[in-house]
Amino acid sequence: MTILAFLIPITLGMGAVGLCVFFWSLRSNQYDDLSGDAERILFDEDRPLPAASARLSNTTKETAP
Amino acid sequence: MMSNLTSPERARAMLITGAGVLIGLTMAVLGRNDPMGAHGWIVLLFCGVLFFIVADKLYDAEPVEDRSISYYDDPTKVGILLALFWAVVAMGMGVWVASQLAWPDLRFDAAWSSFGRIRPVHTSGVIFGFGGNALIATSYHIMQRTSRARMPDQVSPWFVLLGFNLFCVVAASGYLIGITQSKEYAEPEWYADLWLVIVWVVYFVLYIRTLARRNEPHIYVANWYYLSFILVVAILHIVNNLAVPASFTGAKSYSAFAGVQDAMVQWWYGHNAVAFFLTTGFLGMLYYFLPKRAGRPIYSYRLSILSFWGIVFFYIWVGSHHLHYTALPQWVQTLGVTFSVMLLVPSWASAGNALMTLNGAWHKVRDDATLRFMMVAAVFYGLSTFEGSFMAIRPVNALSHYTDWTVGHVHSGAMGWVAMITFGSIYALTPVLWRREAMYSWKAVEWHFWLALSGTVIYVFAMWNSGITQGLMWRTYTESGTLRFSFVDTLIAMHPYYIARAFGGLLFFAGACICFWNVVMTIRRVPHHASAIDYPTTSEAMEPAVPAAE
Repeated sequence: MTILAFLIPITLGMGAVGLCVFFWSLRSNQYDDLSGDAERILFDEDRPLPAASARLSNTTKETAP
Repeated sequence: MMSNLTSPERARAMLITGAGVLIGLTMAVLGRNDPMGAHGWIVLLFCGVLFFIVADKLYDAEPVEDRSISYYDDPTKVGILLALFWAVVAMGMGVWVASQLAWPDLRFDAAWSSFGRIRPVHTSGVIFGFGGNALIATSYHIMQRTSRARMPDQVSPWFVLLGFNLFCVVAASGYLIGITQSKEYAEPEWYADLWLVIVWVVYFVLYIRTLARRNEPHIYVANWYYLSFILVVAILHIVNNLAVPASFTGAKSYSAFAGVQDAMVQWWYGHNAVAFFLTTGFLGMLYYFLPKRAGRPIYSYRLSILSFWGIVFFYIWVGSHHLHYTALPQWVQTLGVTFSVMLLVPSWASAGNALMTLNGAWHKVRDDATLRFMMVAAVFYGLSTFEGSFMAIRPVNALSHYTDWTVGHVHSGAMGWVAMITFGSIYALTPVLWRREAMYSWKAVEWHFWLALSGTVIYVFAMWNSGITQGLMWRTYTESGTLRFSFVDTLIAMHPYYIARAFGGLLFFAGACICFWNVVMTIRRVPHHASAIDYPTTSEAMEPAVPAAE
């Protein structure tokens, strides 16, 4: 079963990559506000990006009835 | 579509499609004495048509739209339509394949229409054509919305989507003309595999670049699921398809591994294709579209993250449960069983999380067939993951393996879970994407839902009965210790179930056709509707929950 000498290190390597990414997510404060994170995808009433807001307000004026 | 590309982007698109034409021509010339030559012409035609579409619009007016105030949705729209096109083609093929098993004369005595050639057209067509396009399209949508950022450029999303479809076309046409490396779900030959690696790397880079541009500090959990799908499928695909071409002027290649080694690599790939192609990507869909459609956040966001890491660390080890009672060492089989059973925990966590999200919104599930698609998908996800863990246990596997039970299990996952969540997501996405108020016909959505559900139930019950009957007949001995039933006896016993299976598949196929029609009619007939805010915005993540006193 020489194939296991390939597959097990590859699989462990993938697990190690996963672990590194997990620790990265932990350290970059990804899990600090879980309920807020879950709810924010539902919100539509956000403001446009600062750079774009000026342009957008023009276009909305044009399309407004 | 083309009018949104700038001149440099059009030039780059022309360069890429032009290179594709040259590659196709080279393959056609080098492989002129081999079936590979036919693939050369197909590549040439595919890239040639795209080349002329781009060249035709090369000098058209530049786009005036400000890119920073909108998302880039053109490739998403095309991806959804391609997914539905593949659904109709591949599910139609599935009905034909199922009918051939009940009535073998339906082969019509042609070589290309034999079971062994059209079955992979069905499997690859639904998994890669329908599922893959749906995954790519929804990932484009979700990565932009949850990041509150537009994709970084306008060529690479097209490259990924159309390049992937070229792979699908080469794969499906290859099976019909007899090109296959005989590895389940990895049938395409070496040049198609190499091409898919390029497409997939661009896909991964595109995803990471979009996330890097995000205006939202948090990476929503759906993105993690999609990323694991892209990354792990790439690695599995590369390792399983390591092969030496017999010649660079022909399609035939030989696997780098032999015998049980090859079988182990194949099922390490095969089961993780189920895991990371057919599960994690579609869980990404579930975790975005279900809360969106229900209008409520996921029941436990913490649990969704825990089950993500659970799936990532457990799933990769279970492939050996496909090789019970073979030359594979016993301890490797046992390792596969152990992880298969452990896998039930994160799987049921996701299924339960989805259902608990709907708890309190059952009136919406009752009234809205789109949401009902997603609910039923979660139920079937829970059912088929339980069934999978159960069937991985060695004594159960002794009965179920090599019988139709396996086929029933795969289809309860593929029709009940994967296709249901995809159709639900398509119905939720189409009005948003094309800026329509609702789908063209809600009655058609209802029809589709009930056709899909009854088709799945008929199919799965037929295969459970057939599989267990078959398994029990195979292991029945007479008093003198010989086998009680011949192989033909089992075929006669299975015949009514095969008819039922073809009928269930037909219902499911009819539902998919209705879906395609409904989406096309929504685009063509439903008036434009300036929808709620759907453009990149800043995030409120950093703000205090209670606004400061004014």
